[in-house]
Amino acid sequence: MRLLVSDLTHRYDDLTVLDGIDLTLAEGEILAVIGPSGCGKSTLLGIAGGIVAPTSGSIRVEGEVPDGCLNPITFIFQDFALLPWRTVEDNIALVLEHHKLSAAERRERVDSGLRRMGLSEFRNALPKQLSGGMRQRVGIARALAVRPAMLLLDEPLSALDAQTRELLMDDFLELWRREKTTALYVTHNLDEALRLADRVCVLSRRPGRIRELVTIEVPRERRQEPSAQAHLAEVRGRLWHLMKAEAQMADREIARA
Amino acid sequence: MPDSLNPTVTPTASTAGQPVRFRGGGFTVKRHPWAALGAFAVLIGLWEGASRLGLASPLFLPPPSAVAHALAGMVTDGSLWLNLKASLARIAVGWVMGTAGGMLVGFAMGIFSTARAVGVPLVSAFFPIPKIALLPLFILWFGIGEPSKFATIGFGVFFPTVIATYSAIDQVPRNLIRMAQSFGLPWGSILRSIVLPGALPGILAGFRITASIALILVVAAEMIGAEYGIGAFVLMAGNLMQTDTLLAGVLVLSLLGLAIGTVLSQLERRLLNWR
Ligand SMILES: Nc1ncnc2c1ncn2[C@@H]1O[C@H](COP(=O)(O)OP(=O)(O)O)[C@@H](O)[C@H]1O
Ligand SMILES: [Mg+2]
Repeated sequence: MRLLVSDLTHRYDDLTVLDGIDLTLAEGEILAVIGPSGCGKSTLLGIAGGIVAPTSGSIRVEGEVPDGCLNPITFIFQDFALLPWRTVEDNIALVLEHHKLSAAERRERVDSGLRRMGLSEFRNALPKQLSGGMRQRVGIARALAVRPAMLLLDEPLSALDAQTRELLMDDFLELWRREKTTALYVTHNLDEALRLADRVCVLSRRPGRIRELVTIEVPRERRQEPSAQAHLAEVRGRLWHLMKAEAQMADREIARA
Repeated sequence: MPDSLNPTVTPTASTAGQPVRFRGGGFTVKRHPWAALGAFAVLIGLWEGASRLGLASPLFLPPPSAVAHALAGMVTDGSLWLNLKASLARIAVGWVMGTAGGMLVGFAMGIFSTARAVGVPLVSAFFPIPKIALLPLFILWFGIGEPSKFATIGFGVFFPTVIATYSAIDQVPRNLIRMAQSFGLPWGSILRSIVLPGALPGILAGFRITASIALILVVAAEMIGAEYGIGAFVLMAGNLMQTDTLLAGVLVLSLLGLAIGTVLSQLERRLLNWR
């Protein structure tokens, strides 16, 4: 599924958060969005997912959805957004409840999500009994259960410690190796962007405008190889330079306000 | 190789400078399971002793043994069950009416902003009225019998339930509702699967408050006009100067409050085990 954003502007009352965003996501592309906090990244995702109404501009999708897709545009949240009163498997089943499915298919969707995320033995656990990494795996399994055509990930690893983050990045790589799901991946973390994304979009401080779109030329599967390191280091340097300038200016503006 | 780099050789205590003085004591909660029981025993013992020594008049402050005797008498002559039954029925009917109505209105106010805009000023106006003051009016409307007592208790329970319910709905995490919307869950499912369970802790906390309100109101209403009921029983005992019987009635009320609290705690433990 492709995503087409054109001249998108968003204001919360008087606060302009996004200003003239033009963006195209190709079929199967993973675009990382980075930018200082408060620049409108979550708002952009919310608009893309149809849960925030934009002030002006247009956001459209086109293209095929996979077989059995129940919810083409699907979120994975920073805070996991699990229902604390439901077990792991019931959290996944929640998003299937309002669809007409046979009991067998319902089971199969829940079970395959659990299996892929290594959660089978925790199916009856409550979220409070799981580590942060496991909770986010439930969030991913829930998203996979609806066979999405596009994933919107809002800092999915920000609440996790460094080791867990590494492990989950591997899970995402595996996911995108198997399914070419288009994804918009918001993050603070350059490592995540450099490991997972095809392109990186740097947003300016608020109001968020596109500062630069950087393409990572090395394919995802080869980024651990020594020959890729020079290019990755160069991209990292460029991204860091842009991010640092924006973050410093954002800090000064906050101090002045 | 110097000793300091050899991990198998550790300096002995006597050679190593000063010991570190422990200073992390206190400021922690320790459990003293028998302390409460002991305090009760001492209090009852002092009270009994004072009575036996003639320090307190048995008419104005009968000893615990007399109260226990009176309570036993209430059990054997059947007056305990007769009065308790009457009070429990009033609490049950009044509380269920007030709670059902309050939850209905509270949910409406929690979900629909127009209902809230209309409801909040009304609730704020009615909530502070001591509901027992309305009993004479309810007696005029419904007669001296049961309905006026149900109405007083129901009315007293209604407003706190409304407030607890809509505040509980405000406490339901918005991110969960957003999540459900992003997966396309219909409105009714969001209400049933997210808003209702998410509001349950606040609603159950409200039950605790309304249960004690119901207990206060039933006693007050029974003192104003009732043949049976713990409130009527206590008032009658007072009129007859039977202070031991009076205190036995008060003891029953205290145990009743304790029992209701225990039931609610169990309910919370069952329904909110996910916290
Ligand atoms: N619902 C809202 N109402 C008003 N202001 C909001 C709302 N949501 C976010 N904001 C403000 O908009 C700005 C951008 O928010 P957000 O999109 O969450 O930024 P980011 O995800 O990049 O940190 C922030 O300053 C935030 O305070
Ligand atoms: Mg954000």
